[in-house]
Amino acid sequence: MTRKYLFAGFGGQGLLFSGKVLAYKGLIEDKNVSWLPSYGPEMRGGTASCGVTISDDPIGAPIVLEPDVLVAMNLPSLDKYESKVEPGGYIFVDSSLVERKVQRDDVKVYYVPATKLAGDIGASTLANMILVGKLLKELGDYNEETVEAALKKCISARHADLLDLNRKAMETGRDFV
Amino acid sequence: MAEKVLMKGNEAIAEAAIMAGCRHYFGYPITPQTEIAAYMAKRMPKIGGTFLQAESEIAAINMVYGVSSAGKRVMTSSSSPGISLKGEGISYLAGTDLPAVIVNAQRGGPGLGGIQPSQSDYFQATRGGGHGDYHIIVLAPSSVQEMAELTIKAFELADEYLMPAMVLADGTTGQMMEPVSFDFEIKEPPAKPWATTGTKCQRPHNIANSLYLDPEKLERINNVRFARYEVIKDKEQRAEEYLTEDADIVVAAFGISARIAKNAVDAACAKGIKAGLIRPITLWPFPDKAFKKAAEHAKRFISVELSMGQMIEDVRLATECKVPVELCYRVGGMIPSPQQVLEAIEKAAKEVK
Repeated sequence: MTRKYLFAGFGGQGLLFSGKVLAYKGLIEDKNVSWLPSYGPEMRGGTASCGVTISDDPIGAPIVLEPDVLVAMNLPSLDKYESKVEPGGYIFVDSSLVERKVQRDDVKVYYVPATKLAGDIGASTLANMILVGKLLKELGDYNEETVEAALKKCISARHADLLDLNRKAMETGRDFV
Repeated sequence: MAEKVLMKGNEAIAEAAIMAGCRHYFGYPITPQTEIAAYMAKRMPKIGGTFLQAESEIAAINMVYGVSSAGKRVMTSSSSPGISLKGEGISYLAGTDLPAVIVNAQRGGPGLGGIQPSQSDYFQATRGGGHGDYHIIVLAPSSVQEMAELTIKAFELADEYLMPAMVLADGTTGQMMEPVSFDFEIKEPPAKPWATTGTKCQRPHNIANSLYLDPEKLERINNVRFARYEVIKDKEQRAEEYLTEDADIVVAAFGISARIAKNAVDAACAKGIKAGLIRPITLWPFPDKAFKKAAEHAKRFISVELSMGQMIEDVRLATECKVPVELCYRVGGMIPSPQQVLEAIEKAAKEVK
């Protein structure tokens, strides 16, 4: 099976980081993975995105044009990518920041007030990880062991406090209904 | 097997260079390859190496010239406009028969162009790039694993044939992260009795030089060098051949384009089209042999490139124009979708029926 993920939003929301955690989780689970960021000036504000592919087979093109899973963390991203999501795919919206609803009815949509939830748990910069927690849960892919290992790969030991906070954010997303 | 780590292509190049024994890196920042310099800046001081951010690309390549003369493994990296600036120094290295590794993470051009991926420096790389008659070895990685593998190969080939070798990557392969294993066996670099390391009054001077005012001597040196190129063309061609046996439609693509083309070839095969892919890994020497073999049965070639059509000329030369070759391309930093390549294959399949 091959699953393509696209994280899109403002530069600074941690899209690249959340993609990296997801990719590392895939690697730890012995899958083929690729991670491709947008690397233009948009990284300093404006829209940024990051495509992740996780597959049981070798990965061809690493560019994610038609994602199976879209995480939209701002309105321009939802506007730009909503129509690109594969039918039957998933859209996760940070509903604290995006007011409009998804128009399509052939995809599964989850509205998560991620930015608000992040503030509630004292991790205002971790809305991204709340969304990752939620998406793994809904995809039936939340494996505590590999999530923990992936977080440890992505957060250096000297930032151990951030490890706890990221774990908490992911669990908050996972448990949000 | 060594543990796989998730790494950007640019970082994998830097780590592989260090593994290959490169302890001197000179560069100047430019998107999309700056991670190489950043990685070297972090690592080199810790392992007794030299990282130096030069005042310009021209300065950097001449520092490479100096270190190579002294017989040490050395690397520089840049992206398209910066490689043009290095052209003079690369020609000097070639004219002095010195090894060096140059990385080009290509971006859209010409001029300052853009910062998104491109393959439009193909001509520049495969024809030498600077002035004078010469070639450099050109390796084209299409995955992060190959970014590492071919960087090590570049050092080995450069030392073996005493000439510059280029890793011709692009913005995508440089920026993307994939699992990479550094489980490489590193061969000891060959002895370099020609290195300018001081005579200690024990031997005649070694001179690193590309200036020959005697035309007869310069002609002779050029002929000797080109005889060596023939050996390389014979021995060092590398290509991945994917489903090419008995293929009607053969797609030619290297680097990131090959990844996209492979998806399209798979999709075409699923639709019953006999399609295959030749992925040149060495761009110079160009893998003529793989193309000649495929031309015996192929009815159409399609060159997929992030350029207005550069490698297509080598495909035509390799196949002696026996089979029509078409172009499927995007430029300016745009990338073709597998769908676009699939449509080109389907169109060709219809025409050859």
